[in-house]
Amino acid sequence: MSTDGARARLRAGASGLLGGRARLASRSPAPFPLGPPTWPASVPRPPKRSELGVDYETEWARRYPVRLARAAYNEIVTRPLIAAIAQPSVDGLDRLEAVRAPVIFAANHSSHLDAPLVLSVLPERFRNKTVTLGAADYFFTSQLRAAYFAFATNAVPIERVKVSRRSAQQAALLLEEGWSLLIFPEGGRSSDGWAREHRGGAAWLAARGERPVVPVYIKGTGRLLPRGARRLYLGKTSVTFGAPIQPDLPARHLVARIESAIAALADEATTDWWSARQRAARAETPDLRGPNGSEWRRAWALGPSPKDRARHPAGERRWPPRA
Amino acid sequence: MPRPGFVLDVDRSTPPALIWHGEGFRLERLPAERSRVVYAPEPLSPLPDPDEAIRAALLAPLGDRPPLPELLRAGMRLTIAFDDLSLPLPPMRRPDNRQRVIETVLDMAAEAGVDDVVLIAALGLHRRMTETELRHALGDRVYDAFAPYGNLLQHDAEDPKGLVALGKTDLGEDVEVNRRVAESDLLVYVNINLVAMDGGHKSTTTGLMSYKSVRHHHNVRTLQHSRSLMDRPRSELHSSTWRIGRLLAKHVNVFQIETTLNNDTFPSQFSFLQKREWEWGVRDRASFLGASRGLDLLSPRARRSIFQSILAPHQMTSVQAGEVEAVHESTLANLHRQQVVDVEGQSDVVIFGLPHIGPYNVNSIMNPLLVSCLGLGYFFNMYIGKPLVRPGGVVILSHPTPWAFHPVHHPSYIDFFEEVLATTTDPAEIEKTYEERFATDDWYRHLYRTSYAFHGVHPLYMWYWGAHALEYASSTVVVGGNRRAVRRMGFRPASTLSDALEMAEDQVGRDPTITYFRCPPLMLAHVH
Repeated sequence: MSTDGARARLRAGASGLLGGRARLASRSPAPFPLGPPTWPASVPRPPKRSELGVDYETEWARRYPVRLARAAYNEIVTRPLIAAIAQPSVDGLDRLEAVRAPVIFAANHSSHLDAPLVLSVLPERFRNKTVTLGAADYFFTSQLRAAYFAFATNAVPIERVKVSRRSAQQAALLLEEGWSLLIFPEGGRSSDGWAREHRGGAAWLAARGERPVVPVYIKGTGRLLPRGARRLYLGKTSVTFGAPIQPDLPARHLVARIESAIAALADEATTDWWSARQRAARAETPDLRGPNGSEWRRAWALGPSPKDRARHPAGERRWPPRA
Repeated sequence: MPRPGFVLDVDRSTPPALIWHGEGFRLERLPAERSRVVYAPEPLSPLPDPDEAIRAALLAPLGDRPPLPELLRAGMRLTIAFDDLSLPLPPMRRPDNRQRVIETVLDMAAEAGVDDVVLIAALGLHRRMTETELRHALGDRVYDAFAPYGNLLQHDAEDPKGLVALGKTDLGEDVEVNRRVAESDLLVYVNINLVAMDGGHKSTTTGLMSYKSVRHHHNVRTLQHSRSLMDRPRSELHSSTWRIGRLLAKHVNVFQIETTLNNDTFPSQFSFLQKREWEWGVRDRASFLGASRGLDLLSPRARRSIFQSILAPHQMTSVQAGEVEAVHESTLANLHRQQVVDVEGQSDVVIFGLPHIGPYNVNSIMNPLLVSCLGLGYFFNMYIGKPLVRPGGVVILSHPTPWAFHPVHHPSYIDFFEEVLATTTDPAEIEKTYEERFATDDWYRHLYRTSYAFHGVHPLYMWYWGAHALEYASSTVVVGGNRRAVRRMGFRPASTLSDALEMAEDQVGRDPTITYFRCPPLMLAHVH
């Protein structure tokens, strides 16, 4: 066998192989039923219904086997992890003792840690029967992401900007079915460290379902995983549950009452219960929304950022600022 | 909102269509530009509260009947007859419509203080039901209240002491009915109307009468002149049953209760069978592949056992009660609402994929005669107006057609298939030469009355059932069937659908037009 002949055969073999690869790469999808079916030309295609965002169907996550799996996941993964990262201290659980489920937990919101933190410290009778209302445009943007949050935090999608009838009805229905709801009435995480104005969803649901609202103040998560953060810090957090607010006011008054209840809890968590009560009685509870003024003044009022802790080891965000 | 049925013209972009093949199914690509597929309407929404709907129907009956409670009184003889095992198909999940209706009727009878109540399974010439089957249809509460005391009976069309002659119709048809029915103050008949052929006077005149009466409408002449069996005004069979039923109504006070079901036929693991192929998602395709491959690995017996265990998630879509004919008109309107699909014109060839079950092989074997009956008798007749195939066209059936018979359920079928069909397949000649022998055979009669066998004459009826199609079409081709069994019936065997279509071309010419009737789910083609 000549060397040239062997080379030619080798080249031919290599080209055949490459050609084969090229053919493989350009091959059309597997035929039906291994691949998807073709669509008959004479049949109009129905408008594609989105299966993500607010249309994501979470009913599967509330079925009994999934609930069991989530309970196990929370006990084995979430709670130990939260305990390690956020080291939460919990106050006000005694205020929940007389409350009959379902209720609406309304909390301030500054971090993605908020939902798992609250869920991990809820009393057991609420923990596995609480649904988190999560932003449809954030948590439900891909199948994997949506499935994870629906599973891990029992999240259901809700619009942040304008709540549609479907979202509202679904949340109301869940309440009717006995599920407690965890809502962040600010509609999103704090962008500058201060709270935002409350939206009316929690109050509307409370009034419609005639269920009480439990105000919750979360402190410290904004330092551990603030909005836009690329890394997670370890630190201490606290969760304070307030006394249930009965929905005996018109919804718009209820909104203000929930917001002031959370502010009073923040004051209580930062100072002490008695002086916070006194300030609340004098209508001097510090505003969670921070001072009016330019951006730097609002940022300044928060105190040193987590990144500055090397320079200010004892520094702690003053949120809310002491009166 | 469920979508109506529709006809899909097959083009090159059409995916292969699912075709039933007994205890299995295939995906077959149909010739483009000359084939069409008839798809069934989607299942209608069920009644929100069926029990309340039943109660309302009994309190506000149709026709000239007063509310049921007004017909009930202490000291009366009340008989409640109900459809047998042949309905619905596949058997429905519990609670069955019959259980719901009968429990409501019994509640009213108990309130009225009626003591003498007997339940009768309206078998006609079908086999008797087992305890399990009765419990499934009636529920344990009803069964345990009646069966132990001998008050749950199964109609015996050969019991000389249990039958009473009520006379003859104007056309000389004998009317011989169950004695208990004839001697009752009130007969409440509880029906499930699965197809348009069911219900009306046919319920009582077939289910509760003797062979002597049934033979007047179950014969070759009436079946050849029933065009179709699903179109009552054009069905000679129904004309006969209506005449007999009207005479019965002169002697017996009949209160008819009819229910309709939606065509939600398969449980969730088989939901792809209900869907249009181009809408199959990943799960549907995986289910299809898993089911097809899995079934290929099983023995026919194991496959049959799996398919016979399927319970349909059918749900009640309507209930109406009162005078038989008024009730039936309303029932048909509700049934048409679910099943009718408009089809334009006929084709040269029609394809029927036959499923695992028909009315006469529930918990049993689909023998070759039942294949013929299901294909040429039932599927061919699922039309209003004209058949889906033109006169002289070709009918293609897809079924394994095993040479297998259930020895307990179908003893006379075996002899008929072995002896009679080996001699002739002409329905008229069979009727003339063999009917009396099979109908009066003492051994078959004994098995029908004491075992779980169909009446001796039943296999002949199965053959007559296809008489209209046999006369109308030029030939019948069976795809994938046992060749000997197929040839025994005078049909032509084909290995594949392509072969069958090629064979059809011999009869109807090149490039024939083709209609594939994708059933189940059940539907009724209104051919214009």
